[in-house]
Amino acid sequence: MAEAHPVGFQWAMEAKARGAKIFHVDPRFTRTSALASAHVPIRAGTDIAFLGGIVNYILRNELDFREYVIAYTNAATIVSEDFRDTEELDGLFSGYDAEKTSYDQQSWQYQGQEEAGRRDTVTERETAAGLGYESHGPPISGQARRDETLQHPRCVYQILKRHYARYTPEMVERVCGIAREKFEEVARAWTENSGRDRTTMLVYSVGWTQHTVGVQYIRTGAIIQLLLGNVGRPGGGVLALRGHASIQGSTDIPTLFDLLPGYLPKPHHASHPTFDEWVDSIRRPGQKGFWGNARSYAVNLLKAYWGDAATPENDFCYGYLPRMTGDHGHYQTVFDMIDGKVKGYFLVGQNPAVGSAHGRAQRRGLANLDWLVVRDLFMIESATFWKDGPEVETGELAPDRCRTEVFFLPAASHVEKEGTFTQTQRLVQWREKAVEPPGDCRSELWFFYHLGRIIRQKLAASPSPRDQAVLDLTWDYPTSGPHDEPCAEAVLREINGYEVATGRPLSSFTEMTADGATAGGCWIYCGVFADGVNQAARRKPGREQSWVAPEWGWAWPANRRLLYNRASADPQGRPWSERKRYVWWDEESGEWTGHDVPDFEKTKPPSYRPPDGATGVAALAGDDPFIMQGDGKGWLFAPTGVLDGPLPTHYEPAESPVRNPLYDQQASPARKTYQRPDNPINPSPPGPHSQVFPYVFTTARLTEHHTAGGMSRTVRYLAELQPEMFVEVSPELAVQLGLTHLGWAHVVTARAVIEARVLVTDRLSPLRVEGRVIHQVWLPYHYGGTGLVRGESVNDLFGAVLDPHVLIQESKVGTCDIRPGRRPTGPALLDFLADYRRRAGITDGPYPPIVTTDGSTNREA
Amino acid sequence: MGVRTWIEGWPVYRQIIGNDPLGRGPAAKSSRSAELVARTETADSMVRSVCPYCGVGCGQRVYVSDGKVSQIEGDPDSPISRGRLCPKGAASKNLVTSELRQQKVRYRRPYGTEWEDLDLDTAMDMIADRVIAARAETWEDVDNEGHPLRRTLGIASLGGATLDNEENYLIKKLFTAMGALQIENQARI
Repeated sequence: MAEAHPVGFQWAMEAKARGAKIFHVDPRFTRTSALASAHVPIRAGTDIAFLGGIVNYILRNELDFREYVIAYTNAATIVSEDFRDTEELDGLFSGYDAEKTSYDQQSWQYQGQEEAGRRDTVTERETAAGLGYESHGPPISGQARRDETLQHPRCVYQILKRHYARYTPEMVERVCGIAREKFEEVARAWTENSGRDRTTMLVYSVGWTQHTVGVQYIRTGAIIQLLLGNVGRPGGGVLALRGHASIQGSTDIPTLFDLLPGYLPKPHHASHPTFDEWVDSIRRPGQKGFWGNARSYAVNLLKAYWGDAATPENDFCYGYLPRMTGDHGHYQTVFDMIDGKVKGYFLVGQNPAVGSAHGRAQRRGLANLDWLVVRDLFMIESATFWKDGPEVETGELAPDRCRTEVFFLPAASHVEKEGTFTQTQRLVQWREKAVEPPGDCRSELWFFYHLGRIIRQKLAASPSPRDQAVLDLTWDYPTSGPHDEPCAEAVLREINGYEVATGRPLSSFTEMTADGATAGGCWIYCGVFADGVNQAARRKPGREQSWVAPEWGWAWPANRRLLYNRASADPQGRPWSERKRYVWWDEESGEWTGHDVPDFEKTKPPSYRPPDGATGVAALAGDDPFIMQGDGKGWLFAPTGVLDGPLPTHYEPAESPVRNPLYDQQASPARKTYQRPDNPINPSPPGPHSQVFPYVFTTARLTEHHTAGGMSRTVRYLAELQPEMFVEVSPELAVQLGLTHLGWAHVVTARAVIEARVLVTDRLSPLRVEGRVIHQVWLPYHYGGTGLVRGESVNDLFGAVLDPHVLIQESKVGTCDIRPGRRPTGPALLDFLADYRRRAGITDGPYPPIVTTDGSTNREA
Repeated sequence: MGVRTWIEGWPVYRQIIGNDPLGRGPAAKSSRSAELVARTETADSMVRSVCPYCGVGCGQRVYVSDGKVSQIEGDPDSPISRGRLCPKGAASKNLVTSELRQQKVRYRRPYGTEWEDLDLDTAMDMIADRVIAARAETWEDVDNEGHPLRRTLGIASLGGATLDNEENYLIKKLFTAMGALQIENQARI
């Protein structure tokens, strides 16, 4: 956090000054570790074993916040008698289909609701359906059988207890390389600092998402925080530190293939042929919660897109939406480019030749397009690959053999345009414009508005039905200034939503209707223009308002700064303690009140119980704080939505030198793979040859650089502060390999070899795992071939193996070999890599097996 | 210059008679440094902005003199950052004023060995033509069973996390209407 989000870290430091303990769990000692109370080095890729150990510690010692757990989580809910745990099936849950490498989830359901598990999980994986659940829970019936004594053998609490029983401190030590005392110090501090009077916060950076089990990492953290009563309360939560200025915004108003604004799913050709089927798949009739109003959100989006053309009679132009048939994510698209299926590509402020895993595949894809448009501040590697990429050096590519037509269009910087960023806490902040962009530089707003305008002009006379969706689009934003810049505030007003007849901006998504009388481009952002005022531009100084600072910018939804904050009060609506008072029920005025906007219906009393047969919002009881979940509860056990198991389970990374100490099942049985000769994966146990790549490598950011370096290797001060690519190795490994400090080394995987200067440091220490020593090395991922400072790109070393929920690649852990000195150059480099692949037994496959257990034997821990 | 002024110009004199006996403050100040004024004081205008790097969202104040960005400071009013910026945020004036920034459209024709110049309007027109052609060439109307697809897999886009919400909104809106599905950004990495 101190490295990558230094200014946010001031709050951690302030907490420390007031007595908080801070633990930093990371393979490498960083500037965060230096300021933390303790650094806990961990083997990369073993976080579920570590956190599972904490879950076991909580349950074994009954340290959970029992009143919170019973009332607000699904701990008491009874699960189907068909359910079998990984403890019974040696690393697999019941329902596994080895052919599809996917689960049938019927046996994971709450008792009596097994039908709800009849889902096409293969399609859910292909279409990244997990991401669609980001702002709300997956489908579940509102009513379920519960045993609030938590004694029923099939209640979630007991299942959880059995599932993690073997995640003991000894097992944590064996898997993660963390000494028992160190583990117990963290477990003790976490549990002692949680409860009525105290809360503990779990903070992760998005490296956590870059694992084949990334979603389950975060779920394990959420399980701990729910068990300890640390969700929906001040000073609690699971906090994601996101790495770009508006990466939250670009997920909410998504430039992502599987989503439409506000986490509405993109329709699937087979599942959602009609508007009603699409809406019902979001609304889920019979379920509790605010997604019950999904029809309004969907109608408002379509109405914002297609205006007068969108009518109730034509299902608001639902037919205009393109349909998914499978995986259309970033990696599939890149492989499609290599295969010649993609004609044209736009890169807008992203540099995949350096920033995406498997850089070689990225560049080969770019080199096989009809045309490419790059929009950036600087000339980045993804624009110049055809003349100076690594493949030019090896002779695989030459400018006169590369067919891609490239347009480089310079972009406007953040001070040369106005608009909003959404930061990591869902806070939307408006930026004012300082100066006009220079030369040909233009904003993306300008580029896409005018591109759309020109395309619409060219198609104006088209008789083709396929062009009607483009021509019917509402695309009449006011423009001004020397370059006809579109008005960003007009776009924000459309995102907010308005009454169609009068143009009056809506103040809340509860005003949205399903009949076409209102239109709004992103329902969760409704209110950012409440009362016709740009709420995101509010700048009341922090020191002049409460510590929650509700009048600085605007947070979605409804300016709530802390989600699910109904849980900060007890079931009767009283604060859990004076010290942690946040939102509570005021009996006298008959409404919820507090420091923040209550995340609950304002006048629904804690005593409210839904009538039989109620659905949607009306079905939420007065003590159901998790209002977007289908049962109003926080999920310790996830019957649907997760594709690789209802409970997080330790699997080894797709590339690991270690045999899974917990189960015969080595790696995630539901991980997403691309089995192609140009995507070789290093061998892991139990297969042969894993000793060819014996070391573990991981990557991260430096304070002085940003992502793929396009905005930092080009900045003089930053380039000077971190001038060169390097690899950090422990003194022990340096001796073993003959590496010298500041000398050269090269790092090898089945995909690539890169060279870097050696930094010998005890920031990395060898870990003892399963009785042997595991060496880990670390590299920054900011370097590439252009800019003021240059270096080889660490992302070239990774292949593409993905988390099944969100299709994010495993690029925080892999195996490698390391050699002293510089790498081979030219065509010799290709021979060198071919030799490694031959020794590793991976010339054109075989690929590591997905299933490595017969699911019957249970090894003793 | 009178004698008295001349004597008072001596740091050692000011150190002895003033409130700065250690000579580390006003006593040591030269007339040149006394006359210096911060760029932020003389700026023609200031706007409120937000740092473009990570997701913390630190407040920035952007100062403008003679139509150019003259300084970028942390915004002390921000309850998030309280005026602080990290090395990247503090260097962002160089980001926006860098001489390395491309200011002209560059064009590389198929099999070309060098960049060429291209007029922005021409580039826009050429790109629009290519989008229309690629879309027509790769259009899929229905699947094998007659379910609507109405899409193209021939056009893709990557990027968005460094952009504004309004920009992402227009990208998504335009591409969705055109039937382009493979619209992705940094949230997938």
